[in-house]
Amino acid sequence: MAVVFIPSLMQNLTKGQSKVVVPGKMVREIINNLDAQYPGMKDRLVDKFRIRSNINVAIDGEITPMGLLGEVKEDSEVHFLPAIGGGALRQTG
Amino acid sequence: MPTKTYVQTTINGENVEFLCEPRQSLLECLRDVVQLTGSKEGCNDGNCGACTVMMDGRIVDSCLVLGVEAQGAKITTIEGIAPAGGLHPVQQAFLENAALQCGICTPGFIVSSKALLDKEPNPSEERIRFWLAGNLCRCTGYDKIVRAVEDASAKMSKGKKK
Amino acid sequence: MTTTYEHNVVLKSGDDKFKVIGTRPIRHDGADKVTGRALYGADFQTAGLLHGKILRSPHAHARIKSIDTSAAEKLPGVRAVVTAKDMPQTTGDVSMGEAGAQNVAFLRGNVLASGKALYKGHAVAAVAATSPHIAEEAIGLIKVDYEVLPAALTAPEAMKKGASILHSDLKMTEFGQKTNQVNNIATHFQHKKGDVEKGFKEADVVIEREFTTQTVHQGYIEPHNVAALWNQDGRLLIWCSTQGSFFVRNATAKVLDLPESQIRVTPMEIGGGFGGKINVYLEPVAALLSKKAGHRHVKMVMTRQEVFEGTGPTPGSYMKVKIGAKKNGKIVAAQSYLAFEAGAFPGSPVGAAAMCVFAPYDIANGLIDGYDVLVNKPKTAAYRAPGATHAAFAVETIVDEIAEKLKIDPLELRLMNAAKEGVRRVDGPVFPRIGCVEVLEAMKNHPHYKAPIKGKNVARGVAIGFWFNVGLQSSCTIAVNPDGTVNLTEGSTDIGGTRASLAMQAAEVLGIRAEDVHPTVVDTDSIGFTAVTGGSRVAFATGWAAYEAAQDVVKQMTARAAKIWGVEADSVEMVDGVFRSKTDTELKLSFKDLSEQLNDTGGPVIGRATVDPQGVGGSFAGNIVDVEVDPETGKTQVLRFTVVQDAGKAVHPSYVEGQMQGGSVQGIGWGLNEEYFYGSSGQMANPTFLDYRMPTTLDLPMIDTVIVEVANPGHPYGVRGVGEAPIVPPPAALANAVGHAVGVRMTKLPMSPGTIMEAVWQSKKK
Repeated sequence: MAVVFIPSLMQNLTKGQSKVVVPGKMVREIINNLDAQYPGMKDRLVDKFRIRSNINVAIDGEITPMGLLGEVKEDSEVHFLPAIGGGALRQTG
Repeated sequence: MPTKTYVQTTINGENVEFLCEPRQSLLECLRDVVQLTGSKEGCNDGNCGACTVMMDGRIVDSCLVLGVEAQGAKITTIEGIAPAGGLHPVQQAFLENAALQCGICTPGFIVSSKALLDKEPNPSEERIRFWLAGNLCRCTGYDKIVRAVEDASAKMSKGKKK
Repeated sequence: MTTTYEHNVVLKSGDDKFKVIGTRPIRHDGADKVTGRALYGADFQTAGLLHGKILRSPHAHARIKSIDTSAAEKLPGVRAVVTAKDMPQTTGDVSMGEAGAQNVAFLRGNVLASGKALYKGHAVAAVAATSPHIAEEAIGLIKVDYEVLPAALTAPEAMKKGASILHSDLKMTEFGQKTNQVNNIATHFQHKKGDVEKGFKEADVVIEREFTTQTVHQGYIEPHNVAALWNQDGRLLIWCSTQGSFFVRNATAKVLDLPESQIRVTPMEIGGGFGGKINVYLEPVAALLSKKAGHRHVKMVMTRQEVFEGTGPTPGSYMKVKIGAKKNGKIVAAQSYLAFEAGAFPGSPVGAAAMCVFAPYDIANGLIDGYDVLVNKPKTAAYRAPGATHAAFAVETIVDEIAEKLKIDPLELRLMNAAKEGVRRVDGPVFPRIGCVEVLEAMKNHPHYKAPIKGKNVARGVAIGFWFNVGLQSSCTIAVNPDGTVNLTEGSTDIGGTRASLAMQAAEVLGIRAEDVHPTVVDTDSIGFTAVTGGSRVAFATGWAAYEAAQDVVKQMTARAAKIWGVEADSVEMVDGVFRSKTDTELKLSFKDLSEQLNDTGGPVIGRATVDPQGVGGSFAGNIVDVEVDPETGKTQVLRFTVVQDAGKAVHPSYVEGQMQGGSVQGIGWGLNEEYFYGSSGQMANPTFLDYRMPTTLDLPMIDTVIVEVANPGHPYGVRGVGEAPIVPPPAALANAVGHAVGVRMTKLPMSPGTIMEAVWQSKKK
């Protein structure tokens, strides 16, 4: 199962957990499963049908261009990173 | 009453006549009136050197010269540097030494560098740096430009000895 | 000074068998660029061309009560006047491709001010006339009634309670969550690794300092420009100098609320960008003027003052950094507080700064807080490794101070803590194969580092820096000519010789000379989507597209050879540019000979590829610099400068060196004398190249380079982007050198004579 790293400013939702192990083959599944475990996560990460504009998802250190459809492997690490427009284009890990 | 002045001048060895407004700079006249757009505008206040041309044997920032002042003058622009059938050694040296990146400052640098080598065929690095201090380049850090001028100088004096 | 070492060194990794990659051919656009024939945006000419000019706010913060354009409209020669009223009024977030989602009202509001002017130089109205001089006269006739408001000019000032608020409807966001706070902070985020409190308790030495840097400009010599024709058929045609023609298409479409397909952008040659020629400023305005003037071509070219005041520089910042280390030099904890000025709209490079701030080091416990802060200055834009230079200035000077305190060689201390493959960064992700250690080793072994430091007031400084680079989409097609040359069509505007580096990657695959590839940069109607020339991505990603398109050519030509010989395609291979049968040695055709037969054996061959590569692989750069500081005046002279960088694989080493040298010199300018000098009312006092003084030939020594090739496993040729990392370490390396020369640590940029003398006097008072 993938290891999801919870941003420190969202750890209030995970009762202080900085890492959560979640099943899922796609970012969408990961977030749904995360939300089932810790309600409110999805709302912070997803805006209707896409990842919120100010958040990037990195799978194994690389920002995925696929958003919610990004492919997650059995032993993947998933990070949610701040995406601040302007400066640096779509940032990579 | 006419608003434009008649100017007769020599540009790159050819007789050129044009009409210009008294407020137009030589750079504007070259670019917009005579359509020689090789001289570039980077600052329009004489600080970047992208518009450098030769005027009666001196290098000038053409943005600081009025078009009407070209009356009777002899002007050489970047378009007049290459001899028939090839490139000038300075141009060739800029290419071989990768002395340009975006290329916007290159016309000014080539006109200035050629003027230096015409006057002083074997300048020192310090002398090259002093002479070119009026031309700004933001891409290269100048290293390859200075080396290109040194290279051109070496090749030109070798050519003369033969 | 006499030197006996090579000025430009390439340290190769292993043995490579490349024939074209790593050589130094003359660039394909070279002859045009040394003869003045290359056409840049401002060189656009056509019959009946109108000229546009923009009226800009004289105030840093003011409510626009009314705009009266009637007198300007009456001036003979004026053909159109536009203001924000001529813009569509849609709202909400729009997708800006590689730049993520953006608020369309902000995007539009920066192009023409609506309601409030948010910085000196903010565009307020525009005129198109039959000559630029008439347009200039006309903007002087526009009457704007302003109610001047107090301005907030620095991040700490803007974050204070009671500060003048730029956007009263913008609430601070904290990781997807909107707070109810309206405080000029657009975003706050945090990265955490380990336990920083515990880490500092373990440390034997802890150093904490505050740093400030000022707004600086990319300083490209070519001002922004555009020509636009909004045609009667509804299509909008744009010619401009841009780092991203597709980005201009997208941004202009969003600002004008048009479908992207209605716009064609033709990229002209570009006279420098460094990140500053991505955003649109003039394009939508020229379009509106064109339409209003009766579908006429309208050209606009900024003055140098407009470039400084009306485009996006890189921001000033306030940073507080604290680092703790054990006696043996091992760094155990690091904390940073980064407050970056976004300018008048959200979007500073603070996110990138946070990714880079501690990246060169393996640190167990780290905490990073980032703030994107609105101020009454131009909206900032990217500038070569955005945010990383600020961050390195702070961190690298503290690391240097720790080395000094612990009496450890500064490069040894860095090597002891250097990040390598598998190390987790404070912001989360784990490093792939990187070249941090190799860069530090090359610095340590360089004759410059071993040379004695001679002279009074002379000192040496070192620093390193990281930039992560980006991948993004690129497209290429390659058409084979009957004479065995090929035409390579691509969408990445060539800002520093990339036509050559792409052609070389295609040539390597095809087994032909670089000169036999004719690369052309085409408009947005003529090639598949290609992201901006930025993020050090062109040689990497568009190079990869060229590689793949060439592979496609090889595949098709292999099949063609098989067809000609009447054999199975899989029995034919291509080796060193020769197609040959694997079984019958008689059957072979050179690339050239087969090219000649294509038209008669089934038609022309065109290879194509689109890529969106992962595996970009970041790049590290390091500097060794010797300076002499005049103790009477504080003037700093750079005596010797060496830059070392991990380039993965240098496709065209001369242009890699050029990136390293150019980036270094921009960093030297940023470190020693460049700044937007603001008065208290927010007016830039130095908007000319005379007063905003960039380095000249006379200010500099030669810039020696060492290319360290640590192949990037993510690219077919091992390429890493090289364009940005070189600007990261110079201000830090200079700060360390100046600090050693005067005996006081430097915490403010630029280190102008005044700043240095002030620091010296302050330390003497203590």
